[in-house]
Amino acid sequence: MSIRYEAVIGLEVHAQMATETKIFCGCSTKFGSEPNSQTCPVCIGMPGVLPVLNKKAVEYSVRTGLAVHSTISPYSRFARKNYFYPDLPKGYQVSQYEMPICEGGHLEIILDGEVRRIGLTRIHMEEDAGKNIHEGTGPHSFVDLNRAGTPLMEIVSEPDIRSPQEAAAYMKKLRSVLRCLEVCDGNMEQGSLRCDANVSVRPVGQKELGVKVELKNINSFRFVEKALEYEIKRQIMVVEDGGKILQETRLFEPATGVTHSMRSKEEAHDYRYFPEPDLVPIEVEKEWLDKIASSLPELPDAKRERFVSAYGLPEYDAELLTLDTATSEWFEKVVRAGGIPKSVSNWMMVELMRLLNEDGMSLEDSPLKPDMLAGMLKLMDNGTISGKIAKTVFEEMYKTGKDAGTVVREKGLVQISDSNALEAAVDDVLIKSPDEVERFRAGDEKLISFFVGQVMKATKGKANPGMVNELLREKLTKM
Amino acid sequence: MSPLLQLNACGVPLKLNELTIIELRTLLDKREIRPHEILDDVYGRMDAVEDRVHAYLITTKKQAYKAADEAEEAIKSNQASILTGIPIAIKDNMCTKGILTTCASKILYNFIPPYESTVTAKMKEQKYLPIGKTNMDEFAMGSSTENSAFYPTRNPWNLQCVPGGSSGGSAAAVAADECIAAIGSDTGGSIRQPASFCGVVGLKPTYGRVSRYGLVAFASSLDQIGPLTKNVSDAAAMLSVIGGHDPLDSTSAPSGLPDYAEVLGRDIKGMKIGIPKEYFVEGMDQEVGDTVREAIKKLESLGAIPVAVSLPHTEYAIATYYVVATSEASSNLARYDGVKFGFRREGKDLMEMYMKTRAEGFGAEVKRRIMLGTFALSSGYYDAYYKKAQRVRTLIKQDFEKALKEVDVIVTPTSPGTAFRLGEKTTDPLQMYLSDIFTISANLAGVPAVSIPCGFSGDMPVGLQIIGGHFDEASILKVAYAYEQSTDWHVRRPSL
Repeated sequence: MSIRYEAVIGLEVHAQMATETKIFCGCSTKFGSEPNSQTCPVCIGMPGVLPVLNKKAVEYSVRTGLAVHSTISPYSRFARKNYFYPDLPKGYQVSQYEMPICEGGHLEIILDGEVRRIGLTRIHMEEDAGKNIHEGTGPHSFVDLNRAGTPLMEIVSEPDIRSPQEAAAYMKKLRSVLRCLEVCDGNMEQGSLRCDANVSVRPVGQKELGVKVELKNINSFRFVEKALEYEIKRQIMVVEDGGKILQETRLFEPATGVTHSMRSKEEAHDYRYFPEPDLVPIEVEKEWLDKIASSLPELPDAKRERFVSAYGLPEYDAELLTLDTATSEWFEKVVRAGGIPKSVSNWMMVELMRLLNEDGMSLEDSPLKPDMLAGMLKLMDNGTISGKIAKTVFEEMYKTGKDAGTVVREKGLVQISDSNALEAAVDDVLIKSPDEVERFRAGDEKLISFFVGQVMKATKGKANPGMVNELLREKLTKM
Repeated sequence: MSPLLQLNACGVPLKLNELTIIELRTLLDKREIRPHEILDDVYGRMDAVEDRVHAYLITTKKQAYKAADEAEEAIKSNQASILTGIPIAIKDNMCTKGILTTCASKILYNFIPPYESTVTAKMKEQKYLPIGKTNMDEFAMGSSTENSAFYPTRNPWNLQCVPGGSSGGSAAAVAADECIAAIGSDTGGSIRQPASFCGVVGLKPTYGRVSRYGLVAFASSLDQIGPLTKNVSDAAAMLSVIGGHDPLDSTSAPSGLPDYAEVLGRDIKGMKIGIPKEYFVEGMDQEVGDTVREAIKKLESLGAIPVAVSLPHTEYAIATYYVVATSEASSNLARYDGVKFGFRREGKDLMEMYMKTRAEGFGAEVKRRIMLGTFALSSGYYDAYYKKAQRVRTLIKQDFEKALKEVDVIVTPTSPGTAFRLGEKTTDPLQMYLSDIFTISANLAGVPAVSIPCGFSGDMPVGLQIIGGHFDEASILKVAYAYEQSTDWHVRRPSL
């Protein structure tokens, strides 16, 4: 009998805060500018300069902490993390070590309809480093310090995650919370959200943890899953072959989907942390804390619960619709305009998402607006168009940005509910299909859908399916 | 030349460079002299003595005369402030926009800051005259100015002796009348000890009183900028200009500045002056001890009441200081890596470039301290060294707080000895460190302290240190001024 293994995963997520300016100086944090154009003596670490803390960074960290149920430290401080690297201008990173701004907390994720709670260890503030540029620079390397000093939150989870899928769901949920709070734009391509993972494996049922490996550079939702899948498989193989997992840092290579060793435990840096003497401790006063707490928006979890209870949506729909504010707002606009929640959800998640994905567009850019979907749903409701026509109308609205009424009128897509017109079409079909009529009358009642299909085809989908059904049964029994 | 009323002890008219800020202020405001004339005398003096003293690393005549034009305009339009038109020397660890700032280190041999330190910016606003940057121990690490990467400075009282350090250039420049006043920095005694060795006034304000923005950091939690002057009034005047909150330095205190000039001259009758027994110990220079005891008697005769106090953790000060200061220094000096500015020695790869640059760019004492600090912060040693030192530091601070509840100020010798000979202590770092034994505690506790001339041991000046409570510079300046008014040590000048 073979042993079954489980993975134990903890994630360290670096989130760039969406502040206008850097954490310790007034330079802009804008992405993609000319190299070193957003620098000053402070963020390039010139002799004699001193940091001055950006209060917004503290506020954003506190907002986040409150949203994920952390304890906000009334008194915290910065520390220096010392190491040499060209993209680190001072030779140390100003971070938090012994006294982070937030401790504890949790996030809830939903996987296979089940709610799981992932604990958080801490959230701390720190400054980002710059970027070394090695490509296209000839024999030299260059350093771009535009990013140096951009405020980061490091959000550290407990080792509560058990699978790559959970890890991805955790990342998505975290991103959704950060975006909802407007403290981070969550853009993984631009590096606004970066992830390292600590992974170990152990036989199911075993209490003590296996030796952990730190995985670096897993900077997309897909890579989080891929890298963890690979690493877990690798570790299980090593253990099953009687080998030992080495405590080390491994780098994930997106191109090959493989992780490889970057440095061993012995080569690990000694960062020589000590309290940053150039900054005074951060005191979060109760009054300010209360003010921030009262300004928090409705968070994804609360919204999900509300969507389930108020709109009667399944958990799955509610979770997807509440992952980002744009989606939930879009949904609620349609519902407020009279759409039935479940069908709004269906149209959004099936048709709209498909079309947007095909075009690589976001919901904000959608030419199809909430009131347009609401209008279409009304036409369905009052029988003007059928579900089938609705699909055509939907695509046409998306393509042209015209509302449902206009599309229906211009394309002549109004449902045929005129019994005289329908009768003619039904008669025509029955005359053309004597064999099927014979078989139906002999008891093969399933053929009713064949007849309906033929009528719909003849009317180019415009026939009212209910009425067609009724007419057919009437005629066939009379025959 | 202006009609000068003052004569020196020999009946010869004083040159303008020999006057004080307050004296020159009067003459300037009365339009009896022009700022340019002060500059002429200052640079004339430099021409005469600088090749023997070596107080300066660079002089900035062009900037100084340009500033003199502006100062003159300000004076003419009655816009003069206390430092308008006054030539002041700046220690070379203060960043001065567009002017070389080397910290007396090879690693910054070519560094021209694109920004101005807050202290010099405040003086610039008043249109002071920037005459030059003074020599120092490399990165302010040392007690003799012999650790300058360029050349040592000599004591104007005896050219075979050191001026003290690390603000040795500033102290020597003041003593030799090569400036009117100077700016220094004090991490463990670097203003007070050289002031004592050179027979001038040196004030280390409370930690947080003066902005550190633009001061090249040695030990961030200890560094403090202060003036070196010819008398106490000038020190008070300088503090009133450079002190106060700075939004660019989070550790600068928000509290406002009192009117120091108004405080000076007040009676010290009934003031309690604490005499800590730990500062009058075996092994210190007998004459220094006697001179300081004499000074205490003088204060008593002025109505002050001496009270025996104890600062029981004094014996741990040096050890504590050399853990805290070197730890911070090891981190503060990490930015000198050859990547962005200053000296670089190329290597075959990044690591070799780092190693060669730092091995060649830093001097021996700086490297010694970086290594000490790196060790003290290393994992496995952090608790035993850095953390423990921080705890002892708290005890030392509490010693002062306790003692200063019973007395108004504490009076001690500034240094256990007078200026020693060049080379005398360079081979024994521990002996060198001990010359700061009486000054270090004030930095650890963050309290203000001033050193004023109080006599001579042989031919060399002795300094009296007056320590006060946090942000109570007023009390120490008041006592110092009262002492100064009843003695003439401060007007004595070396014959060069």
